[in-house]
Amino acid sequence: MKTCSAIHVEGLTKYYGDFLAVDHIDFQVNQGEIFGFLGPNGAGKTTTIRMLCGLLKPSDGEASVAGFSIQKETVEVKSRIGVVPEISNLYDELTSFENLLFMGQLYGIPKNQRDKRAQELLQLFRLEGKKDALFSSLSKGMKRSLTIAAALVHEPSLIFLDEPTSGLDVMSARNLRTIVKQLHQQGTTIFLTTHNIEEANLLCHRIAVIVNGKIIAVDTPEALKKSVQEKSIVELGMENPNLPDLLESIKAFNGVDTVSRRQDRFVIGFKGSPPWGSFLQYLQERQFSVTSVNTLQPTLEDAFVKITGLEREIMMIEKEGKKG
Amino acid sequence: MMLSSELKAIYFISLKDIKSYYFKPPNISWGIIFPLAMTLAFYLRNPKGMIDLIPGLLGMTILFGSTSMEAVVITFERRLGSFERLLLAPVSLEGVLAGKILGGAFFGFVVSSAMLIVSLFFFSFPRFNLFFLIPSLILSALVFSSLGAFVSVAVKEVFEAQTLANLFRFPMIFLSGVFIPVVILPLPVQIISYFLPLTYSVESLRESLLTSHNIISYWVSILVLVVFSFGLY
Repeated sequence: MKTCSAIHVEGLTKYYGDFLAVDHIDFQVNQGEIFGFLGPNGAGKTTTIRMLCGLLKPSDGEASVAGFSIQKETVEVKSRIGVVPEISNLYDELTSFENLLFMGQLYGIPKNQRDKRAQELLQLFRLEGKKDALFSSLSKGMKRSLTIAAALVHEPSLIFLDEPTSGLDVMSARNLRTIVKQLHQQGTTIFLTTHNIEEANLLCHRIAVIVNGKIIAVDTPEALKKSVQEKSIVELGMENPNLPDLLESIKAFNGVDTVSRRQDRFVIGFKGSPPWGSFLQYLQERQFSVTSVNTLQPTLEDAFVKITGLEREIMMIEKEGKKG
Repeated sequence: MMLSSELKAIYFISLKDIKSYYFKPPNISWGIIFPLAMTLAFYLRNPKGMIDLIPGLLGMTILFGSTSMEAVVITFERRLGSFERLLLAPVSLEGVLAGKILGGAFFGFVVSSAMLIVSLFFFSFPRFNLFFLIPSLILSALVFSSLGAFVSVAVKEVFEAQTLANLFRFPMIFLSGVFIPVVILPLPVQIISYFLPLTYSVESLRESLLTSHNIISYWVSILVLVVFSFGLY
């Protein structure tokens, strides 16, 4: 099943006992693109990555990575990919430099190039000052950076990033996004899983939306946003946003398609143009006072809410017990 | 090409384990002090008959040296997720395990060799044969390191690894001729003894150091240890 695409997946399925974690998914990742796998926690993103990296055997279906079958040519696949797991999992007892050298040894980098490559990566990730620091002593952001650096030791053409910015502070997350963009500019194909809609919007050329193990849409962020453009989206500021029946009352209004809450405001999708007069009167009759109204362009988040039928809050739930 | 890179990866995995886990001061002291303390305890109790216990104590040293850290290292790395780094590398699972087992076996071999060297200062072994001794020590270290790896894949927590390893180790010490010769054990217990790798380890060491009149010949013991190595691997 050799193909020109970086990743080719057909009917990939994974059962854990009776539980269907990944349900006959199909997709293709082109060489040189940043492909996002977007879905809430437990959707099947990590299971999919683990199958594509050869860590898990699929229950059914086929996939090729870098032109090699994940089932039959696992070692070939592993030598051509770099993987950054969800948990930064380098060796605590080794220094930053030793970790990179060890990865170079595992990937068969010749001795005379190993040191040079490790130095280059430490510079690229601004970790020169932490060269001799134990991995266990690094901050969460530095650990994440070094884990990405370790995945790049053998200069793979394809890199898998599993929730790369999860749990990081704003600055570290921004730095990592910059590095992802640099890698893409150098021609690396990037497969990225995230439950962060904004991150997917900022980084990805195409996005697959996965929910309950099923891919329900694959398209560019722009095309996904267009799918909700037939709607009008408005943001309402309310005097007392915590009133118990407010959300349900808005949902119940004839013409409202979707409603989600962003802090103290409500983002409402109307089917067609908003019937302002009747809508405001409807709210007034129920003692709900509107303080502000903004018309919004549809976002990827709106598209996600529409496509999946899930509330945006479900994407904000972090996995329990996640470590850096 | 593929075989060469696999062998190199195996070498680097064991080297990394040896450097970062095994040859750290606490492990060296534990690996050497524990068997020396045991030897001293037996020596003080019965100085004259001590020489007969040396093969058994050597076997026990390899058993503890190879299994203890091996089981803990793999379980510890699996717990932290760093074991996954090895599985993500272009090395087969067999290669990863071989690297891990060789690291543990090397430690067991070095610790038992250190004990052997110390014992040479105190005892004159009637049938000391280095060419018999070295294969016996190496194979025993490989068998027990594989046993440690076997234990580690069956558990999730480090303390479980130690508990499960002890479940194998302590019965072996009493049933494999370390302290009590297998021939004087009741017949049903003797049958169990012949299913335990430590029996063959002790028997081959005894023939390499003390006597040619063993219940199991050296070459049979060596063959059985080879079978155990592959079986457990």
